[in-house]
Amino acid sequence: MKTTVARDPVTVTIDTEGPFTIIGEKINPTGRKKLQAAIKEKNYDYVVSLAVAQVEAGAEILDVNVGVPGIDEVATIKDVIGVVADAVDVPLCIDSPSHEAVAAALSVCPGRPLVNSVNGEETSMQAILPLVKEYDVPVIGLTLDEDGIPEDGPARFAVARKIIERADSLGIPIENIIIDPLVLTVGADSNAARVTLDTIGLVTEEYGVNINLGASNVSFGLPDRHTLNQAFLGLGMGAGASCAITDAAKLAPTIKAADLLRGRDPHGMRYIKYYRAHSPKDDG
Amino acid sequence: MGAQDLLEGLKQAVVEGDEDAAASFAEQAIGAELAPLEIIKGAINPAMDDVGQAFEDGEAFLPELILAGDAARAALDYIIPSISADDLEGSVQGTVVIGTIFGDAHDIGKNIVSAILAAHGIKIVDLGINVPPKAYIEAALKEEADIIAISSLITTSLPYHREVINTLRDRGEREKFFVIVGGGPVTPEWTAEIGADGYGRDARDAAVVCQQLLAGRAEGKTAPLPEPVTVGALEHG
Repeated sequence: MKTTVARDPVTVTIDTEGPFTIIGEKINPTGRKKLQAAIKEKNYDYVVSLAVAQVEAGAEILDVNVGVPGIDEVATIKDVIGVVADAVDVPLCIDSPSHEAVAAALSVCPGRPLVNSVNGEETSMQAILPLVKEYDVPVIGLTLDEDGIPEDGPARFAVARKIIERADSLGIPIENIIIDPLVLTVGADSNAARVTLDTIGLVTEEYGVNINLGASNVSFGLPDRHTLNQAFLGLGMGAGASCAITDAAKLAPTIKAADLLRGRDPHGMRYIKYYRAHSPKDDG
Repeated sequence: MGAQDLLEGLKQAVVEGDEDAAASFAEQAIGAELAPLEIIKGAINPAMDDVGQAFEDGEAFLPELILAGDAARAALDYIIPSISADDLEGSVQGTVVIGTIFGDAHDIGKNIVSAILAAHGIKIVDLGINVPPKAYIEAALKEEADIIAISSLITTSLPYHREVINTLRDRGEREKFFVIVGGGPVTPEWTAEIGADGYGRDARDAAVVCQQLLAGRAEGKTAPLPEPVTVGALEHG
């Protein structure tokens, strides 16, 4: 299944049969004091530097979240979308659970962005799905609802089903729904990643839709987080995930390697090209 | 086994996250007629402080912190029923109603704070996740709580912090409870802006804040405080 996002002249296809798509996660102030301050003070040079660095590191789409306490999110997300769109030419991913902020961002965002996110709560589906229908853009559906995050794969699958069926009833094509099966840290529950992988399998088997991974939560509270993040990404890709909102600089090499290993990179040219562009230069 | 050996054994069992051993040492300590609050102060608090510090220093990891919290709870199950009203005289025990605010389903941070507060002998009423503002207030009234503790990881749930405080104020019950806030996007500035009474950056900070507020209440201070008690500020970039 193919889900397209675009910014003239760039089209990015998130594809269950193709190479994995990297969505850069860094323009999100949650827990990042420097970005919080920059957004509050409208000091957008820092936002631009994050945007440029992520695209250089291999991000094909950039997530934009401006959630800082005490600001006007509607006005700010419009500003920041404009600033990021001027700085780089990749498509954007509008990241807010607020209907007002998503609507404002969609009204100014160039091209065909991705919306992050809707979830299985009635209020969320009623607020977000009509917008993605109106603008004909894809949306990430999180497998949580009024009862929280379900504990096992079948229950998360049931939330995915609810979102997909509601979207279908509104006339939203299934390729515009990307399911995010959510991952909690294995530091708190050693079966947490297993549940996510089970959910990917169930959703893929039934609907064949694109699947997004949030790839850095899984390792919270544990040593050598990068090794866990890499292993999880590889397993998630193997299970059927097709994109991730993640740290491009840290995880693009793993993604290129896994794409080659699962037969999604003819002659390994993407892997080699990434290596040539990003390996440390020999000064001698 | 002497009193000191029992306390040392209990402390070690909690640090190692050995629930069975912790329960057994607690049972023996109560059987040996050690004062319940001395057991908590002499073994469980220092154990959780050690594990909490090791976690912050990157020497212990989340599963170990959770197992230590479980072991502390297992021990407290034996200790708390033996605490009499006399024991509480002059101490800073209290009741904290805690939950992750409406719109937010993250519970790790809230669970760590609960475990550490419980290990300090504070009664915890855990409302879980996605808690509507009114539910905090109803539970706090029912439990005659001292403190309402609100946890958040996502920014979009932050406005509900203010709603808890404003609803308390509108109902004329703001002076009954201290309100403390914490979690990823919460800052000391936000705490002051919404008129909350306390902020802790991490779980150990939250325990310090609660102890200060409970001690303040024992001295006759009431909510809302003119300035919030804040411990620990966000340092990472």
